[in-house]
Amino acid sequence: MSNQQLLTASAAEIADLVTTGKVTAAEVVTAHLAHIDQVDGAVRAFLDVDAEGALRAARNVDSKRESGEKLGSLAGVPVALKDVVAQKGRPTTCGSRILENWHPPYDATVVTKLQDADAVIVGKTNMDEFAMGSSTENSAFGPTHNPWDLTRVPGGSSGGSAAAVASNEATVAIGSDTGGSVRQPAALTGIVGVKPTYGTVSRYGLVAFASSLDQIGPFARNVKDAALLHSVIAGHDPRDGTSAPDSKKDLIAAANNSDLRSVRFGVVREMRGEGFAPAVLDEFDRVQELLKSLGADVQDISLPHASYGTPAYYLIAPSEASSNLARFDAMRYGLRVSPNPDATVEEVMSATREAGFGSEVKRRIVIGTFALSTGYYDAFYAQAQKVRTLIARDYHDAFSAVDVIISPTSPTTAFKLGERVNDPLAMYAADLATLPVSLAGLPAMSLPIGLSQEDGLPIGMQLVAPAFKDELLYSAAAPVEAALEKQWGGPLITKRPPILSGSR
Amino acid sequence: MSQVNSEQFDLAHLAKLARIDFSQEELDTLRPQLLAILEYVARIGEVATPDVEPMSHVFKLENVVRSDEVTPGLSPEDALSGAPEQRAGRFAVPRILGEEE
Repeated sequence: MSNQQLLTASAAEIADLVTTGKVTAAEVVTAHLAHIDQVDGAVRAFLDVDAEGALRAARNVDSKRESGEKLGSLAGVPVALKDVVAQKGRPTTCGSRILENWHPPYDATVVTKLQDADAVIVGKTNMDEFAMGSSTENSAFGPTHNPWDLTRVPGGSSGGSAAAVASNEATVAIGSDTGGSVRQPAALTGIVGVKPTYGTVSRYGLVAFASSLDQIGPFARNVKDAALLHSVIAGHDPRDGTSAPDSKKDLIAAANNSDLRSVRFGVVREMRGEGFAPAVLDEFDRVQELLKSLGADVQDISLPHASYGTPAYYLIAPSEASSNLARFDAMRYGLRVSPNPDATVEEVMSATREAGFGSEVKRRIVIGTFALSTGYYDAFYAQAQKVRTLIARDYHDAFSAVDVIISPTSPTTAFKLGERVNDPLAMYAADLATLPVSLAGLPAMSLPIGLSQEDGLPIGMQLVAPAFKDELLYSAAAPVEAALEKQWGGPLITKRPPILSGSR
Repeated sequence: MSQVNSEQFDLAHLAKLARIDFSQEELDTLRPQLLAILEYVARIGEVATPDVEPMSHVFKLENVVRSDEVTPGLSPEDALSGAPEQRAGRFAVPRILGEEE
């Protein structure tokens, strides 16, 4: 098998080839590491590539096979990890100077689960600092570039993970999604990204941003691979107090569904007006026609409070962030900056946080501090929590008539690097379709549905299912993906122009 | 819902609460940005009426406790491995009180 074939192979194919001994895990990871060397200087998806560790892990998988041991479902599959997930002994920065030289002394539960499934972790990917952003430009270590057009953002905050998968540097990747940070970059890079139901993937070892919203999720180049990775990372974990009980649902079986006739889709009436690019809506309308032609029921539904999702989120998430990020106190780990030799704890803390945090993180900490402060708590934070109730009720009502709710994932295609960095409100608008879903804690997927007639860049559709019914995302998306690939003559990602080499 | 009065918006005080030693230049840039964000988020007052219950969490959660048994945790060496400064197996910190305290 050629290196090129290994780079474009699906996770399911690689696991099968490695398990049956047709290809070694070492060959697979070597091909990927060489490709990373070739293109990541241009894409900049990775903050750290662990070539040595990846080769060691791959050889370990190969020797397990040789000795007749049963291999896991991700045998030899190269996985990229968003740098917000702790991996023992590897740098874990969260895209921040404040954690620049931190090497966690423990593994996150997702890392353990990936290793148990015989996956090969190739490195840590770039992200908006502490997952705050929608373009990966808030990384202290420079932006990631969209593999479809290097002058554009890959979305965020998991932009590095999305770009790694879209550029074939990794077969699948782990991201985290607080307000859209898996779904939006998946849409902007033409791949599949899933935010599982809140609480169904352990957050032990995920550096916290907004605890009532944070969720780890998979990136893949097709629906089945996303289901495969999702199945590996999901499950109850006693180490995460908010982790939900185990689900008995078979996501992989759902991803093998080919019949759309029994599925009722609800199109969000409120997610097509102001802010949505006409070219995005054109593709979204086309896919609705396709759903009907496949026998699905398509009807309009209303989420009357959806437009309040953005303002409510930008109160709740910063409030929780201001509390969570208080742990960066320069005492136990991370950066310590002393303004003078006699400085007190408080002075050291304030100087460290000034030097170690970037502008967006500081903005959100101050907004959160304000919203939680005496005299403003009731007027801001408590009000935002009421909006959360209203949005959750909207979804609940809508799900009485439909199985899956759809809208565009992102109102626009990938924007130019630098275009929105100095305008926080313009950046926040990128998440208007994903935020309400997060506030309600529901599972959602972004599925590639086509390229914009205007700029040739990928467009994603967001599918939302009721809580704990993640399998519906897969059973609804799989037949749509199959029909679209028939039209395109292959996966959308194969339409991506080649990345002009940029060595690391 | 009360709009934020820009005269009452005490950014220096918030910065102190947040333990961030902003430069004057940063404060000057931040101020209009934060006021614009707060003006935007205040929109929620249009629908967050007194009859709506606030939602603090997505699902009903009980406090989670485990049985009081010793389980393996981080070793002292591991726990200290990321410390900016350590002394005799402990985190070393700058002095707590300033001159005038």
